[in-house]
Amino acid sequence: MPNTETYNDHVVRLFLLAAAIWGIVGMAVGVYIAAELAWPALNFDIPWLTFSRLRPDHTFGVIFAFGGSALMGTCYYVVQRTGHTRLALPRLANFTFWGWQLIILMAMISMPLGITQSKEYAEPEWLIDLFIAVVWVSFGVVFFATLARRRIRHIYVANWYYGAFIIAVGLLHIVNNLAIPVSLWKSYPIYSGSVDAMVQWWYGHNAVAFFLTAGFLGMMYYFVPRQAQQPLWSYRFSIVNFWALISVYMWAGSHHLMYTALPDWVQSVGMAFSLILLMPSWGSAANGLLTFNGSWHKLKTDPAAKFMVLALVFYAASTFEGSMMAIKTVNSLTHYTDWTIAHVHAGSIGWVAMITIGSLYAMAPRALGQPAMYSNRGMELHFWMHTVGLLFYVIAMWAAGATEGLMWRATSADGSLTYTFIDSLIAVKPFYAIRWFGGVLVLGGMVVMAWNLWHTAADARAHLITPIPVPIPEPAPNQVPAPLPAVA
Amino acid sequence: MARGYTYFEAVEKHAGLLGILIAIMVSIGGLAEITPLFMEAHKVKPADGVKPYDPLRLAGKDIYVREGCYLCHSQMIRALRAETQRYGHYSIASESVYDRPFQWGSKRTGPDLARVGGKYSDEWQLLHLTTPRAVAPDSNMPGYPWLAQAQLDPDEITQKLRVLRLLGDPYTDADIAAAADAVKGRTEMQALIAYLQGLGIANEPQAAATATPAEGATP
Repeated sequence: MPNTETYNDHVVRLFLLAAAIWGIVGMAVGVYIAAELAWPALNFDIPWLTFSRLRPDHTFGVIFAFGGSALMGTCYYVVQRTGHTRLALPRLANFTFWGWQLIILMAMISMPLGITQSKEYAEPEWLIDLFIAVVWVSFGVVFFATLARRRIRHIYVANWYYGAFIIAVGLLHIVNNLAIPVSLWKSYPIYSGSVDAMVQWWYGHNAVAFFLTAGFLGMMYYFVPRQAQQPLWSYRFSIVNFWALISVYMWAGSHHLMYTALPDWVQSVGMAFSLILLMPSWGSAANGLLTFNGSWHKLKTDPAAKFMVLALVFYAASTFEGSMMAIKTVNSLTHYTDWTIAHVHAGSIGWVAMITIGSLYAMAPRALGQPAMYSNRGMELHFWMHTVGLLFYVIAMWAAGATEGLMWRATSADGSLTYTFIDSLIAVKPFYAIRWFGGVLVLGGMVVMAWNLWHTAADARAHLITPIPVPIPEPAPNQVPAPLPAVA
Repeated sequence: MARGYTYFEAVEKHAGLLGILIAIMVSIGGLAEITPLFMEAHKVKPADGVKPYDPLRLAGKDIYVREGCYLCHSQMIRALRAETQRYGHYSIASESVYDRPFQWGSKRTGPDLARVGGKYSDEWQLLHLTTPRAVAPDSNMPGYPWLAQAQLDPDEITQKLRVLRLLGDPYTDADIAAAADAVKGRTEMQALIAYLQGLGIANEPQAAATATPAEGATP
């Protein structure tokens, strides 16, 4: 009996494909709704095409469909490599893939039809929420069962972040979505008013913390050292940052509700913890960037490394911005304006998308049985389209946000308000057009990536891939755990 | 130091222990902030004039939610001078006790609506919701003409009131019995306008009553 087992990269490839497709879909919706804000005639008086119906499809599409598929795929890839073991429970792993895709389809079809809970980033109704809970628990079971049969006793730090991401998102999802159904398509949450607001932004903020930060830091902690061909700058520093990050983030949600009817003490606590949060955030960014010490020359030749470095720079920049925006005085200017939109997109197009794209470019050739991506120039083109598009987007929205914030509070010498609301909308309209153009560039880059992946996956499509054997230090007759059969 | 690391090594080598510690660490912050609010929630009494939504306005609120109005309009006037000058008295917690889910919003592509009720006529609202640029040429708001064609469902509103009563909203049996008739033959547009016209009218707090404990500013 052969004592070898191979990595289960089949489910990884499926998630890779899904991430490429949903990235394009989610961003295409984003480009369209950005156009609707600049040129409202594009709403066409068609209910499901209207901005307010379509916007959740953009956020769900990029966060949970694109980001979620990339996170689950890389998580399965990383936990196998760092544990020297094959993925446990392959059927359940396949179920998490198909289940997640079904959830995405149900959510993205139902939300434009008006079936929504109106809680940002938690819009899908109760029935879909139940499916999400089932698939999420299955994902956790596959992950922890794989950890349980690892051959390396020490659990590598990337898995800590993936583990925190799975546990915390499960917790957040269930608590925030507690509701009593009225019908198949409508429910009322058990919370109301200010309690509902606090629960929602505890969820909303920590969806950012654990979905868009902890999960992607897990990705970063594996793929950055791998791509830099350097050990992590400081392993102990990564552990300190881990505990600080996961415990402090949970306190900061109330900074979304400054000067509102939420009790003052909750606002102040949220602001204080948001400032503390800057330390583990910058600690993680610094740890990633310093890992490139000795490998900075790779930035000349390796587009994946470029994506990763710029991702870390934008991670540092947007977490700094976030902490500053949580200061009440600053928040009084920036809140409700497009500055928030600028901040979110500096984090998502800058940090989340760039670390994902960098990691996908690092992982895809290995998972697809190729020495490298099909086209290096394609990756270069993608990098520059993405970066320039990001800058157009973020600078336009910063300018729009500052304009709105200042115009809303401007008073004339006699104490009356200087501008009407519509004055501020007229002032920012040109920025909405520039933002749309930036979005088009980012979307174009994603199409280039999909084209590149399609050609890199030629062997996979022809079923020519040889599974990669798990490196077992000493092939022994009776391995613990026993090798899993190599069925996909 | 070395001794301390030995203990820590146990966490690094045991997935179950790691998972439990993560669950504890992520729970502290949320528990600390949400539990007191939850305990206080029953003390937040509705402000004077704040009553559970009548059937037509409740239907209107659910259309507001369905159409995604909250994505561009807040319903939360912050305690800042420029805001109260533009929109009226700042919002207080006891005004939104019947809002499930809350509609405070997070972005103002359009103006705040917390106290929009009564500021425009029903005819203006109808025109504005159907063809926004007919009354506000520079607006980028979408039109919602389909609302005028859709009828409300009387059975659904009864069920909604029952669920809300289950959740603690003080609807009487008579309220529930009368709900279906209150919406029969009305359009979604009428319901939405009724909801908008009710926003903030009856519940703008008196200037003297700003420091009620309901605001949560207790020590």
